[in-house]
Amino acid sequence: MTSSGTLYEKVLDLHTVRRLPSGRRQLFIGLHLLNEVSSPQAFGMLRERGIGVLCPERTFATVDHVIPTTALRRPWPDADAEAMQIELEANVGRDGIRYFAPGSGRQGIVHVVGPELGLTQPGTTICCGDSHTSTLGAFGNISFGIGASHVRDVLAAQSLPLADLKVRRIDVRGRLAPGVFAKDVILAIIRRLGAKGGVGWAYEYGGSVVDALSMEERMTICNMSIEGGALCGYVNPDATTTAYLEGRPYAPRGAAWERAVAYWHSVASSPAARYDDRLELDADALEPMVTWGVTPAQCVGVNEPVPELDALPQSERVLAHDAYDYMGVEPGRPLLGMPVDVAFVGSCSNSRISDFEAVAAVIRGTQRRVPKGTRALIVPGSEAIHQELVTRGLAALFVEAGFEVRRPGCSLCIGMNADALEGRQVGASTSTRNFKGRQGSVLGRTLLMSPAMVAAAALTGQVVDARELLTREAEA
Amino acid sequence: MSEAITTITGTAVPLPGDDIDTDRIFPGRFLKLLTFEGVGECSFAEERAQWAASGRVHPLDDPRHADATIMLVNKNFGCGSSREHAVQALMRWNRGIRAFVGESFSSIFFSNCVANGIPAVTVTAAAAGELMEAVAADPSARLRLDLTRRTIELGDRELPFTLPDAARHELLDGSWDSTATLLAAREELLRLAARLPYFDNWNDHEG
Ligand code: SF4
Repeated sequence: MTSSGTLYEKVLDLHTVRRLPSGRRQLFIGLHLLNEVSSPQAFGMLRERGIGVLCPERTFATVDHVIPTTALRRPWPDADAEAMQIELEANVGRDGIRYFAPGSGRQGIVHVVGPELGLTQPGTTICCGDSHTSTLGAFGNISFGIGASHVRDVLAAQSLPLADLKVRRIDVRGRLAPGVFAKDVILAIIRRLGAKGGVGWAYEYGGSVVDALSMEERMTICNMSIEGGALCGYVNPDATTTAYLEGRPYAPRGAAWERAVAYWHSVASSPAARYDDRLELDADALEPMVTWGVTPAQCVGVNEPVPELDALPQSERVLAHDAYDYMGVEPGRPLLGMPVDVAFVGSCSNSRISDFEAVAAVIRGTQRRVPKGTRALIVPGSEAIHQELVTRGLAALFVEAGFEVRRPGCSLCIGMNADALEGRQVGASTSTRNFKGRQGSVLGRTLLMSPAMVAAAALTGQVVDARELLTREAEA
Repeated sequence: MSEAITTITGTAVPLPGDDIDTDRIFPGRFLKLLTFEGVGECSFAEERAQWAASGRVHPLDDPRHADATIMLVNKNFGCGSSREHAVQALMRWNRGIRAFVGESFSSIFFSNCVANGIPAVTVTAAAAGELMEAVAADPSARLRLDLTRRTIELGDRELPFTLPDAARHELLDGSWDSTATLLAAREELLRLAARLPYFDNWNDHEG
């Protein structure tokens, strides 16, 4: 193995079966995760071609997009969702693929469940038919989303053709001020590099801020790499990574653990690694971020005005103009005070226990309840997290404060189940995308922000600076 | 071997704007499908309905573009979700889109195109603008994409495009449907898998 080089180079070299005649590499995929939305077509194509699954033991499935978050009662009320669930169960059953079923204690959003069970380890290659597979790069591996045809290929041949990427090292320096979170860091990075700045790149995140983040926070950062256009993003494995994985159901044990840890450390980028590009971001002055437009790059600090047209590069103006209209925001003024109809804490970006602790801190610090006319949803990323919310009394705290606590699933991140915005409602959301219509209503408007900021919006019915709200209420 | 793609000739439909995401191309509420059959109608469905409701004609619904097999776009087309439904739907829209010409494409959308034998070729902003104008002025204008020469012909004009070498190679020699190619290296692949230092540990220690 090469000892110099980036993690990207080392891991890809180790997993390259061969160079295809076209020049793309045939990349071996160590772990394949499946969901119900992108796998049925792939299984269908395999059946048509009479090809089986090459490595079922490297494949794991769960259901997340279509599942209702209310009751766990089959059949699901939505017949289409039920059909997808049945199809997934039939497919995994036929091929002996391990499956985390609803009610098993292990179901959840695929990108949340994989890490929680210790499946997503450093030095691996991981694919899933979902673009937010980039989340898993937080563990120091190469993880990326694929379409159904490539899901077919990975099922059939545990590999796919991959074109080379360039690597951009992003150093986040300084320290995060209280009330500023990983979500704010990644939104600031995307704002800086643009929604298309990462096309053709892998992002390596590092620097003092990233080093100090927990695994959950690193996942939030890697999760949104794809929103900046990067196919994958990763953080080099370190003591935080191994501490997180130790003892999880699929993590190695005993002598195998020692060997694994040595391997994991060996794949980290070497200090002498060369990058195709570097970016430094100073985190000291970062504020909580809020999106004002229809791409995650259209965001500002919560106290900052929405940029005026002439403050934007020429190439961004058409989109910005359209976004002002669609969102109903006024350039030149901050979003502070904008009424919020629905607050959502969930999605593969922010549905882990520390995200809900941040919400709890805002509730406790303000002693407020969700006002009339505002809806607030807590949707944990997995059944295990849901259980933890209950046992630790957080679920009760949330319900007491007027939040609805739901079962795990993608929910209002995509609006494929009954959880959706209505009409032009404004959603304050910890999810991944503020695209037009993303939250299930064609005209719905999404403001992306951190869990603490969504909590503050839930408790006041408007966009507020959570830090300011907490200070104000503490004095009152 | 899949079909070799060397030239694509046809009329075009312009779809201007940067960052057109796959949620717009294929709205999430239509994702509850088990196959790609019949997905053509879902192409830009919400947006088309909105345009129609406000009395405007969406480019896809414009009868003058009904025969289009080439789609003209701007920057970062197909960003966001990896849903292959976006490509599959446009391939089934009317006569079926067979090529995209734009300023840039998202990585996953581009791979999904190649996997279906669809070239997504890149031109300069000026060329994209020129092509869109020409097609707006004369929707019956025929474009000819030549993958060998990397050119787009339109009347007596000829514009260069770029397409990554690997994708061009796979389209030209018909190896874009990768399953068979990948399986040809099955033995090598299994040997590599056995060498990797991590798999033995995906045993469930609790369940
Ligand atoms: S939570 Fe949202 S972004 Fe994440 S996998 Fe589900 S739908 Fe996709």
